[in-house]
Amino acid sequence: MKYIDEFRQTEVAKRLAQKIHQLAAGKKMAFMEVCGTHTMTIARNGIREMLPESITLISGPGCPVCVTPNRFVDTAIALSRQQDVIITTFGDMIKVPGSTSSLEAERASGGNIQIVGSTLEALDLAGIHPEKKVVFLGIGFETTAPTVAASILEARRLALQNYHVLCAHKTMPPAMDVLSRGEVHIDGYLCPGHVSTIIGSDAYFPIVDKYRIGCVIGGFEPLDVLQSILLLVQQVRSGSPAVENEYSRAVRPEGNRKARGILSEVFDSCDSEWRGIGVIPESGLKICESYQQWDALVQIPVQVEQTREHRLCRCGEVLRGKIRPLECSLFGAGCTPDTPIGACMVSTEGTCAAYYKYQAYQKN
Amino acid sequence: MCLAVPMKLIKIEGEKGLVEVGGVQREVGLQLIEDVKAGDYLIVHAGFAIQKLDEKDALETLALFREMENL
Amino acid sequence: MKLVHGGGGRLSRQLIDEVFLPVLGNRYLNTLDDSARLELSGSKLAFTTDSFVVDPIFFPGGDIGRLAVCGTVNDLSVVGAKPLYLSIGLIIEEGFPMEQLKRIVESIKKTADEADVLVVTGDTKVVERGNADGIFINTSGIGILRDKVEISGSNAMIGDRIIVNGPLGNHGMAIVTSRQNLGFKSQIHSDVAPLNHLTEKMLETTDRIHAMRDATRGGVVTVLNEIAQSSNVGIELDEQEIPVSEDVRGACEILGFDPLYMANEGVLVAFVHSDDAESLVKEMKKLKYGKKSKIIGRVVETSQGRVTLRTKIGSRRILDMLSGEQLPRIC
Repeated sequence: MKYIDEFRQTEVAKRLAQKIHQLAAGKKMAFMEVCGTHTMTIARNGIREMLPESITLISGPGCPVCVTPNRFVDTAIALSRQQDVIITTFGDMIKVPGSTSSLEAERASGGNIQIVGSTLEALDLAGIHPEKKVVFLGIGFETTAPTVAASILEARRLALQNYHVLCAHKTMPPAMDVLSRGEVHIDGYLCPGHVSTIIGSDAYFPIVDKYRIGCVIGGFEPLDVLQSILLLVQQVRSGSPAVENEYSRAVRPEGNRKARGILSEVFDSCDSEWRGIGVIPESGLKICESYQQWDALVQIPVQVEQTREHRLCRCGEVLRGKIRPLECSLFGAGCTPDTPIGACMVSTEGTCAAYYKYQAYQKN
Repeated sequence: MCLAVPMKLIKIEGEKGLVEVGGVQREVGLQLIEDVKAGDYLIVHAGFAIQKLDEKDALETLALFREMENL
Repeated sequence: MKLVHGGGGRLSRQLIDEVFLPVLGNRYLNTLDDSARLELSGSKLAFTTDSFVVDPIFFPGGDIGRLAVCGTVNDLSVVGAKPLYLSIGLIIEEGFPMEQLKRIVESIKKTADEADVLVVTGDTKVVERGNADGIFINTSGIGILRDKVEISGSNAMIGDRIIVNGPLGNHGMAIVTSRQNLGFKSQIHSDVAPLNHLTEKMLETTDRIHAMRDATRGGVVTVLNEIAQSSNVGIELDEQEIPVSEDVRGACEILGFDPLYMANEGVLVAFVHSDDAESLVKEMKKLKYGKKSKIIGRVVETSQGRVTLRTKIGSRRILDMLSGEQLPRIC
């Protein structure tokens, strides 16, 4: 497959790893990645194992599932219990635990919940079922939000009254700003390649200028990640944090202006609650007034149960890189990949799920 | 949060495009990009093309990997 | 019950361990091999059963009828038996088009002929509209066990090479790309096929096949984990060697799926003594359903009970049992 296979070559990977070992020369460094797909690539390709022990890769709050608060899931569940509602969602959300249930459990009890790969499928469903209200669960960062905005514009064009979005989109740079304030020591960021496709590499200058923490925008193939880490190590060794774009084949300094235009046409920025971090100002998106017609929260009255978080769940601290999964008392004791209590255990390569797998392996 | 794949644009039909990877074809939305033509490679996420892949840059990046090894 | 309990992964296994075995367990059932091996008046027989609930009923490359015959023929073949007789039980929903039923029955006949087996008994029930998703089929099968054959999930030995007869993930992807409206325009075809002629040839070539399984739901990884645990050995796979066709790979990239976990209906996994591996692959390649056979890994002494993958970039990764179905995701 073109532009995929070439970025997975074995020999080059080995040499990049060697170079990293050489340059790092045993110096302790901690880099944070803030994209669930980077977490996946790193786990799938055993990249941690190829790096020197002195380098720590922290998985930050880059997984839309992990940072979505319980209340969103509870609201989606409450909506799904209404007879005339069809919930459409990306597969990522289906197993996330809410306060007392999950979308998977609701589906098992007969809830009309459908997994889709795109908002376009949800629009189709709305067209086929004019008697139903089709609600799309809008999760994800700046990569996904424009596709949801485009779907709302499409709904307007098609005069579809029964398509709605339950919006929980978040934006990355404000979260990175909070993370950079020193709770956890970070020597550099592996920045999310596809979010950057939309927001542009220029978006990271404020982080570098304000906190002197390097930002390398990386692609998602193993060679991209290794190369990006090499660039981060170089920056640390030379003491010159900067914005560097490893993923130049997809990321431009100004990003995708058209997509951003569509985003600001349909969404306004707002304060947003990040599970485990708290409210970050101006870090979320909400549907603006002119498009209220397609806003599920405005159009569909719903009673949502009292939100409850498990008091022993420490997902937040794991997401901020403050603790390792093993330090959470629920880890492996009630919270397992089959029976997740917190969102960190849901994603198959998420920090807790990955640790669970490797810890059991070590026990053997 | 960014599962996306480079796919080759085969045909444009208004706001929709037919793209392909590994011989598998899929219909995607083109509302988020502009100035593309058949033969271009597009980054596709959640059923939409979000950017055009710069082939020159792709080759440069690959060349850069090799340079980095020799530093 | 959740959908995932029928998925073939970890929770399916849990269901068997917690609900079925404690009550029904006996020395035959407990082996949990694809077929039970029985002795009846001096004859060694294999006996198996399987139910088919696939949706859509007609998919690229096959249909529920072909699936029903192949699933059972293969379960018998991989324990070293020659499949002979099948039963077919149909549960049909009221309103199901007669025309489609006829097509399915034709398909059953065609596949049974290809596999040289006979349908010798059957049953039909019709249920009220809404209670059966069109049609469900249960098949049971009997075969004669080949002499001197001791193939079992618990017999894998250190040093054994692991062989598959063809590319992975075709059936699973054929279903996903045709069922869900994901905008796919291409036709990935299911690999559904009867493998008894292939296994017969394999058993003629060598008597050192220690374990063999039909890799269906949950994919090759599920079956390998089961064998690793039953035999208490470690398994190491080589990512470079794993055959996956281009179109399946492409579809997997798009949806974020891993071909190693996708369902197959014409793929077997065989554990053979290292000395016999190359010659076995050579013989397999001469047959219709073995043309793309490959050695994909080996049995090792370390990390018992575990399956690890040596990745394309030279690192290692654990291949755990799936804890649920793979779903189209954005992350």
